Amino acid sequence: MSYTPHTDADRAAMLAAVGVGSVTELFEPIDPALRLNRPLNVPAALDEASLAREMAALAGRNASSSTHVSFLGAGIYDHFSPAVVDAIISRGEFLTSYTPYQPEMSQGMLQAVYEYQSLVCALTGMELANASMYDAATAIAEAALMAVEATGRKTVVVSPLLHPHYLRVLATYVRTAGYTLVCTAESDLRTSLVDPATREALSGAACLVLQSPNFMGIIEDLPEAIRCARDSGALSVVSVDPVSLGLLAPPGDFGADVVVGEGQGLGLAQGFGGPLLGFFACRLEHQRRFPGRIVGATVDSEGRRGYTMTLRTREQDIRRERATSNICTNEALCALAASVHLCAIGPQGLREMADLCFQKAHYAHRMLCAIPGIRPASLSPFFDEFALLLPDGADVVDLIDTLLNDGVIAGLALAPYRPDLPTGLLIAVTENRTRQDIDQLASAVAEYLTGRGPTHG
Amino acid sequence: MGEPLIIDKGRTGRRGVLMPACDVPRTSVQEALPGVALRGRLPLPEVSELDTIRHFTRLSQRNHAIDLGFYPLGSCTMKYNPRANERAARLPGFAGIHPMQPAASVQGALQLLFDLQSWLAEISGMDAATVQPAAGAHGELLSLMMVHDYHRQRGDMQRDVVLIPDSAHGTNPASAARCGLRVQPVPSGPDGLTDMAALNRALSDRTAALMLTNPNTLGLFETNIGEICDLVHGAGGLVYCDGANMNALLGVARPGDMGFDVMHFNLHKTFSTPHGGGGPGCGAIGVKAMLEPFLPVPVVTCIDGVYALDVDRPHSVGQVHSFYGAFLIAVRAYNYIRSLGPDGLREVAEYAVLNANYVRSRLRSAFDIPHDRTCMHEVVLSAARQKSRNGVRAMDISKRLMDYGFHPPTNYFPLIVPEALMIEPTESESKETLDAFCDAMLEIARDCEATPDIVRSAPHGTVVSRLDETAAVKRLDVRWETKSG
Amino acid sequence: MENPTGLLYARTHEWVSLIGDIATIGITDHAQCELGDIVFLELPAVGKALGSGEMLGTVESVKAVSDLYSPVAGVVIEINTDAASATEVVNTDPYGAGWLVRVKLDADGVPADLLDASAYTMLVEESAH
Repeated sequence: MSYTPHTDADRAAMLAAVGVGSVTELFEPIDPALRLNRPLNVPAALDEASLAREMAALAGRNASSSTHVSFLGAGIYDHFSPAVVDAIISRGEFLTSYTPYQPEMSQGMLQAVYEYQSLVCALTGMELANASMYDAATAIAEAALMAVEATGRKTVVVSPLLHPHYLRVLATYVRTAGYTLVCTAESDLRTSLVDPATREALSGAACLVLQSPNFMGIIEDLPEAIRCARDSGALSVVSVDPVSLGLLAPPGDFGADVVVGEGQGLGLAQGFGGPLLGFFACRLEHQRRFPGRIVGATVDSEGRRGYTMTLRTREQDIRRERATSNICTNEALCALAASVHLCAIGPQGLREMADLCFQKAHYAHRMLCAIPGIRPASLSPFFDEFALLLPDGADVVDLIDTLLNDGVIAGLALAPYRPDLPTGLLIAVTENRTRQDIDQLASAVAEYLTGRGPTHG
Repeated sequence: MGEPLIIDKGRTGRRGVLMPACDVPRTSVQEALPGVALRGRLPLPEVSELDTIRHFTRLSQRNHAIDLGFYPLGSCTMKYNPRANERAARLPGFAGIHPMQPAASVQGALQLLFDLQSWLAEISGMDAATVQPAAGAHGELLSLMMVHDYHRQRGDMQRDVVLIPDSAHGTNPASAARCGLRVQPVPSGPDGLTDMAALNRALSDRTAALMLTNPNTLGLFETNIGEICDLVHGAGGLVYCDGANMNALLGVARPGDMGFDVMHFNLHKTFSTPHGGGGPGCGAIGVKAMLEPFLPVPVVTCIDGVYALDVDRPHSVGQVHSFYGAFLIAVRAYNYIRSLGPDGLREVAEYAVLNANYVRSRLRSAFDIPHDRTCMHEVVLSAARQKSRNGVRAMDISKRLMDYGFHPPTNYFPLIVPEALMIEPTESESKETLDAFCDAMLEIARDCEATPDIVRSAPHGTVVSRLDETAAVKRLDVRWETKSG
Repeated sequence: MENPTGLLYARTHEWVSLIGDIATIGITDHAQCELGDIVFLELPAVGKALGSGEMLGTVESVKAVSDLYSPVAGVVIEINTDAASATEVVNTDPYGAGWLVRVKLDADGVPADLLDASAYTMLVEESAH
């Protein structure tokens, strides 16, 4: 089945109108030697019901938030998504529409994007936000490239406490463009900018890139970092967790040049890491060089307010190789989901959500650090995620596997990313975790360390 | 009648979804976060849940979509987005899994990715695939990174030029520029296909790659594709296929067999995943074996039936997405391929091509068709005749189509056709729909002669008329302003 | 709009007015018409040296970007900042208040192949067919 509606009579009439005897004749421009003379080697078609059963079975082979209690963060969070979000993004009028190039027929999506842009500006304290990027990693990379354009400097200075995947993506983009990437120092799992090498690098840098809360969950000293960047003539690029902005002051308040981040926590499914939502906001002075689409308000020929894509000459279809980015399709429906989420919970809801994440994480931190042998990896302030050190010799991967069998995803083993923290475990606690979940995690970890595991302190 | 902004629908103190109560003993924020500045103003809308539902539902009704009507945007492949795919993507075992869970706990997800990638390779005649890129342009960028590294790894340090036809989509040169590569345009010949002599002249030992769309953006199959690939390979370059137009080739021919070395797919075009008003998409890529070592990490592997993510790839270009790409989009494409099977996939191409040629046969009397011969899945008209005789342009015709309830075709692309109207019906549309569209186009053509003003002043029946795009730039208004406090 | 006879024209649709060793440069009526409403000007810095035929900036409308080329060789002495902030004047008065750049000519800064008004008018008419 191919979801095609043609009857035999349709086919016959259409072939006659075109003036050919069969559809095969229409493929005549393709050299027969290049045509596939066998069916594609993919599984035979399944009817909807049978396929649904197979998909359920395939999905059933995965431990998910429906079967397990998760304390895994590291950029993707098990926040609660209210029912209204999916109700709106499943509407066919949004789901099956295209990029709003013809504004008269797309006012719904255009206004939705304008509202999303406004919400991002409100959250981040910035003046201009685009219609979205693929994810935080590419938003960071594009911000860095924009900073190079803005300053003419070809060095990008970055905190080593960025999510390691974001760092890898940034490194890929910077290398490809022929620029240089330099890491700052760190202290107590927080970015440190005081050492001479970092200062030297900053003085010739296009931008300073950091993430707050950082990969270890620690809140960075943003006012200091932004000031440091500015004093060196570099742009500041800050990647944030939008949920944390319900509790913490946004980087816009401290004069950040660019604020980006991952919007997944605003009502999007974890989805095994995609699709995601990169938000991108910057100062108005960058309006001619920022990447991505943007929607603006204007009037029609009758003076009625309407919305349209604007500042188009930056984009690839007009400027081609001189475009500010190659981005075309972005994450429009995910941006809509985030907008619906923020409207559904409102400012009070976001404050409470952030407070719950903070409270539960700090409670979990106390409970876990009370277990003999466990200590915090850092004393720096954190939001809803933190790194712990298990006793020397503890097998963190084995701990995680053990707890998995008991219905708990305990967190992320840090050793692959930080060989200097071989017993490190990164734990996130969202508003979706109950006190009982946390108490059970703590007792499961304690039990593992006192007897069950093959190695214990 | 406009729709007010949601911020203007709020009232102080109004709330929607409530949060749970805090069930843990409280920690003092000030004590735990000494010196950390806390949130002040948070100027978000304060609306009830009904306000939220009503507002966005009302917005949705001011939007055209495939679900509402014909959407013949050329090169966009606006086919039906099956709801069965939506259901699959919402299964908790797919939607509720974290990318950094232990591999043993996500074997179903890894199997899906592995299988989808194998099928994409099979469909395209390539040796390997990855779904990591989040959009077609992202796939182009990744591919060019890989091509560039491939050459340099072989000691070919001077290959920094990408040949791109003048008919190419704008993302092609933009992606090349992102890679630090120089763009050299290759003109099309009078037959609308790549000018072989010009291509020959353009090739050099600096050629990294030729980027080609096949069928091209005129909807025409590059009949010399075998020779083109041989020429580029002979000069030491690789050939990249912009796979936006794969809908014409499914089950009929494969870019890998034509000589292409690397290509991107648009899962949100060919494989029915929804466009969502501008994404999320998935720009999976397929590569021949010589490019496989350069694939981004992590690579999904299967050894003795056990799936894993491999990062031990010394020649990998790096990573271009936070995780593995748009997994839930991959789920939809996987579901689609399993719904269609080999016969269904081939039928897609057959009906896509039949529908486009049918539209061509009905419209060729009234509109110029620069290359009026068998097209593939899309046909490009020119409104040049209407412009010179009646002063009516492609844009005007597009706006007038809205009055008939149709979304216009793509305008002014490819750049090599003046007043271009690119129509891609897709295989989803019935003969009646195509006839209704063609009837409307013919009536508009008649109006261009008899009453051109009604076309030039269109649209008349939409919620807004033509917008002042100049004011949108000069009086830039890209966010609502809120009163302070 | 007639192409004024006192000016010289480049094939790339710029005009130049020569008074002594000062050249004033702008875009022609044909150019502004093709572009549509102009929304942005990217003009060179004062003091920049230009060769004839060298790119000196861009003119942008809502949907197009057009590169500007200098018809003459010299050094930029003045740019029209009024036009840069009220770009519509380039559409309404391209030969007058819509001027863009003033250049102090090099010796032999005026190439021999610039067109006079009638040659330019013919060029535009021919390209329309």
